[in-house]
Amino acid sequence: MSEKQSLNLTLKVWRQKSPKDKGQFETYSVSNISPDSSFLEMMDVLNEQLITEGKEPVAFDHDCREGICGMCSLYINGHAHGPDEDVTTCQLHMRKFKTGDTITIEPWRSAGFPVIKDLIVDRRAFDKIMAVGGFVSVNTGGVPDGNAIPISKAAADEAMDAASCIGCGACVASCKNGSAMLFVSAKVSQLALLPQGRIEAARRAKNMVAKMDELGFGNCTNTAACEAQCPKNVSIANIARLNREFLCAKLKD
Amino acid sequence: MALENRIPEGQLAQKWQNYKNHQKLVNPANKRKLDVIVVGSGLAGGAAAASLGELGFNVKCFAYQDSPRRAHSIAAQGGINAAKNYQNDGDSVFRLFYDTVKGGDYRAREANVYRLAEVSNSIIDQCVAQGVPFARDYGGLLDNRSFGGAQVSRTFYAKGQTGQQLLLGAYSALSRQIGKGTVKMFTRTEMMDIVVIDGKCRGIVSRNLVTGEIEAHFGHAVVIATGGYGNVYFLSTNAMGSNGSAAWKAYKKGAYFANPCYVQIHPTCIPVHGEFQSKLTLMSESLRNDGRIWAPKRKEDAEAIRAGKLKPENIADEDRDFYLERRYPAFGNLVPRDVASRAAKERCDAGYGVESGEAVYLDFKYAIERLGRDVVEARYGNLFQMYEKITDQNPYETPMMIYPAIHYTMGGIWVDYELQTTIPGLFAAGEANFSDHGANRLGASALMQGLADGYFVLPYTLQNYLAGELHTPRMNVAEGEFAKVVGDVNAHVAKLMNVKGKKSVDYFHKKLGKVMWEKVGMARNEAGLKEAIEEIVAIRKEFWADVRIPGSANEMNTELEKANRVADFLELGELMARDALIREESCGGHFREEHQTEEGEAKRDDANFAYVGAWEYKGENAEPELHKEPLVFEECKLVQRNYK
Repeated sequence: MSEKQSLNLTLKVWRQKSPKDKGQFETYSVSNISPDSSFLEMMDVLNEQLITEGKEPVAFDHDCREGICGMCSLYINGHAHGPDEDVTTCQLHMRKFKTGDTITIEPWRSAGFPVIKDLIVDRRAFDKIMAVGGFVSVNTGGVPDGNAIPISKAAADEAMDAASCIGCGACVASCKNGSAMLFVSAKVSQLALLPQGRIEAARRAKNMVAKMDELGFGNCTNTAACEAQCPKNVSIANIARLNREFLCAKLKD
Repeated sequence: MALENRIPEGQLAQKWQNYKNHQKLVNPANKRKLDVIVVGSGLAGGAAAASLGELGFNVKCFAYQDSPRRAHSIAAQGGINAAKNYQNDGDSVFRLFYDTVKGGDYRAREANVYRLAEVSNSIIDQCVAQGVPFARDYGGLLDNRSFGGAQVSRTFYAKGQTGQQLLLGAYSALSRQIGKGTVKMFTRTEMMDIVVIDGKCRGIVSRNLVTGEIEAHFGHAVVIATGGYGNVYFLSTNAMGSNGSAAWKAYKKGAYFANPCYVQIHPTCIPVHGEFQSKLTLMSESLRNDGRIWAPKRKEDAEAIRAGKLKPENIADEDRDFYLERRYPAFGNLVPRDVASRAAKERCDAGYGVESGEAVYLDFKYAIERLGRDVVEARYGNLFQMYEKITDQNPYETPMMIYPAIHYTMGGIWVDYELQTTIPGLFAAGEANFSDHGANRLGASALMQGLADGYFVLPYTLQNYLAGELHTPRMNVAEGEFAKVVGDVNAHVAKLMNVKGKKSVDYFHKKLGKVMWEKVGMARNEAGLKEAIEEIVAIRKEFWADVRIPGSANEMNTELEKANRVADFLELGELMARDALIREESCGGHFREEHQTEEGEAKRDDANFAYVGAWEYKGENAEPELHKEPLVFEECKLVQRNYK
C-alpha cells in the first residue's frame, strides 16, 4: 500500500470560537497525507501542524473511530460523513480524494443542533427525545425468560435493522427541513416490531413526535435525503411505520 | 491495611443467595434521601444508574461524551455469554464459571466468577424484555454461537453489533429514568477527582468540557465505571477518549489498583499502516472459525512480499507456514487470544512478517473452496466489507492481513465481593475493576460482566452500604473538603496550561505508547521492564517541561482534555511495568520471557504467584506498596493450560 502517491490538499474549515461567535471559513493546507489514512487522521495531522504553529487546533467530535459510536459528524464537500457510501466520517479514507483537491469541512447545520465550537455541535436533543419514549417500560428484574415469547426471525431481523441507528444526526444534517424523523422512526419501529415494545407503541410514537416538534426539528417531506446519507442504511420505510403508529394513536385520542 | 475480600460464608453456589438473604436494605421512603454518583455510562455504569434510579435512589451519572449512548461498550462485536443451556449441549452455571476461571489462567476470585455465571441468565432475560433484537432462529427462539475457550454454544448475539444493542438497551433504561427525573445526566463532563471525608468517599469534582467549569458533587456513594486503560499504549482498539483517569485519581486517593500488568492483546486486528495511525480496528474473533492463519515459510518470500515483488496468493500451499496448526494441532487456529497473539509476534520477530514486517495472513481461500463464496459472505460479509473500507483490499481474493493489538485490560481498581474499593463508599464496576477475568478474559465475557455488575450486583451491594448512610446529611459542596479538592483540581489544570512548552500532547502519548508496546507488551523481561520504568519517568519529566496546550482552560479545549488523561497514563504506565516486573511467572496475557517452557509456552507459578497484586499509592516521590490477596481455589483444580 505504501507505493501510492501521498496527497497535498487545501482544506476550507469552519471555525467558530463559541456558540455566540459568527464563525467563518479558514483555509489551510496539508501535505504528504497517506491515501491509507482515515479522514480523521488527516485532521489529526492538521491539528498537529496548528499546535506546532502555536494556533488552536480544530475542535471536532470523534471517539470510537470504527463507525459505531456515532460521535463523529462533519459535513464534507456537501455530504454528511463525506463522499463515500455507508460509512461514518471516521471510516472515510483519504484514497477517496485526489492530490490538489480542496475539501470543505463544516459542522452539522440544523436548528436542532447548535454549534458549540468549530465542528462540534450539541446533539442533546436526541437524548431528550429518547427520554420521553425511547424505551420499554420495564424495571431491572422480574422479567420473563428470554425464550418465553417467541419472536419471528423476520420481525427480529427487521427490528435489528432499525436498531442499527447510531444516533449520529446525519439524517437531520442532510434534511432540508432539519427533520429528525429517521432517527425517531428507527427507535419507534424497532420497539413496535417486537412484542415487548408493542404494548406502549402508540404512546411512544405520540410522545417522541411531540418532543421532536417541541425541540425545533422540521417536518418530513419525503425527499429521502436522510436515507441516502445514513451511514447505517436505516430505511425510510421506518418513517412510514412511524406515521402509521402516530396516526393510529391520534385516531384513538 | 489488610485486604478483606468479604466473600460470604457457605458453599460456592449458595454464597450470593446467602448474601442477598442477609444484606441490609433501604426502605422506599428513605431511598430518595440518598444520592449516588455513577461515573461512566457504558454497560456497567449505564445499567447501574438506570437500575438504581428505578429503585428510587437519587442518581447523578457522568459521561465525557455528548450522550450516554456513545460509551465504548458500543463497539463490542461478537456477543455475550450466558449459561442458559438453550442448546441442550451440557452448559450450566458451573461450567460457565469453570471455563471463566480456567480461561483467566487461575488468577480470578472463585466467588466473584461464580456469581457472574449465576446472574448471566438474568441478563439475557432483562435485555430481551428491553427490546434488544437478539438473533433468533426460525422457530422464534434465541440463537447462539460458539466462542473461544468453551466447548458449548452459549454466546448470544445481535449481528456483529452485540455491544451496540446491549448498550442501547441500557441507554433506553437510563433514558427512561432521566425522563422520570430519578437520574440526572451530566454529559461532556469529566471526573477530575474524588472527595474523601473522614475515610469515606463523599463525592467527586468534575470539569464541564464545554465551559471548563470545575464543579463539586456530593454523593452518599460513588461508582466508577469508566472502562479500561488500554489507551496507555496509544494505539489500541479502545475509543480515542477511553482513559484511565477516574481509576487513577481514585488510586491516588487511596483505592488500591490490582493487577495492572494484565492486558489482553487481541490477535486479529488490522495492522498499523503508518505513523499517523490513530487507532486499531478489531476483526472479530469469529473469523478464526473459518480462516487459516499463516506466514511465508521462506524468509526470501517474506522479504519479496515486503518489497512489493510478490503477492501472497502466488505463494504455493507448501510454502506457507500455518504456524498455529503446526504448533497447536489440537486447537489449531482456535487457540485462546493470548496464545495466538504471541505466536504471531514470534513469526514476525523471526523475520517472516509481511507488509511492514508486523503482519501475518488470515486466509479465507480454503473456506471459500470448502464452503463456497456465498456461505463465507453470509457469515462474515459485514466484516469483509469493513476490512475493505479500511485497507482497500478484497479479502475474498487476497488474504487478510492481521496483527495483534491492545484490546482490554483485566487489571483495574481492586474491589471486594461487594465491588467496593478500599475506600468505603467508592465502588468500581465493569472493566474499571479487576474482579472477574483473572489474567485473561474469554471472548463474549466483557459484556456479561459489565451488565452483571450494573444490573444485578451493584443494586444489591450498594444498598447494603447505603443502609448505613441514612443519617449522613447531604453536604454543602461549597465548603470544606469539597472546596479544597476543587482548588486542587484548578491548580492541576493551571499547572498543565502553564507548562507552555513546544510539543503536542500526542507527541508524548505516542512516545509512551511505543515504550509500553515494546517493553510492557506481548512479551516482557526483567531488563526491558526496568528500562521501561526509567524511560517512562523520563517522558513524564519531559511532558511536564515541554507540553503545549493552546487555548484557555475556561472553554472547550480538546487538547487540555487529552493532556489531563495522558498525564495520568504517564504514571499508570509505570505502575504496570512495576507490576509486570514483580510477577515472575507467565500467566494469561502476562508473558515473562524468563518463564516459559522449552517449547516457548507460558509457565505459571502457582506456588508463589496465586495472588491478586493490589498496589497502594504512597505519595508522589515514594514507591507504591504491594499488597497480596491470596487466591484460594476450592472448586477449580489448577492445571497448566495445554492447547497442543
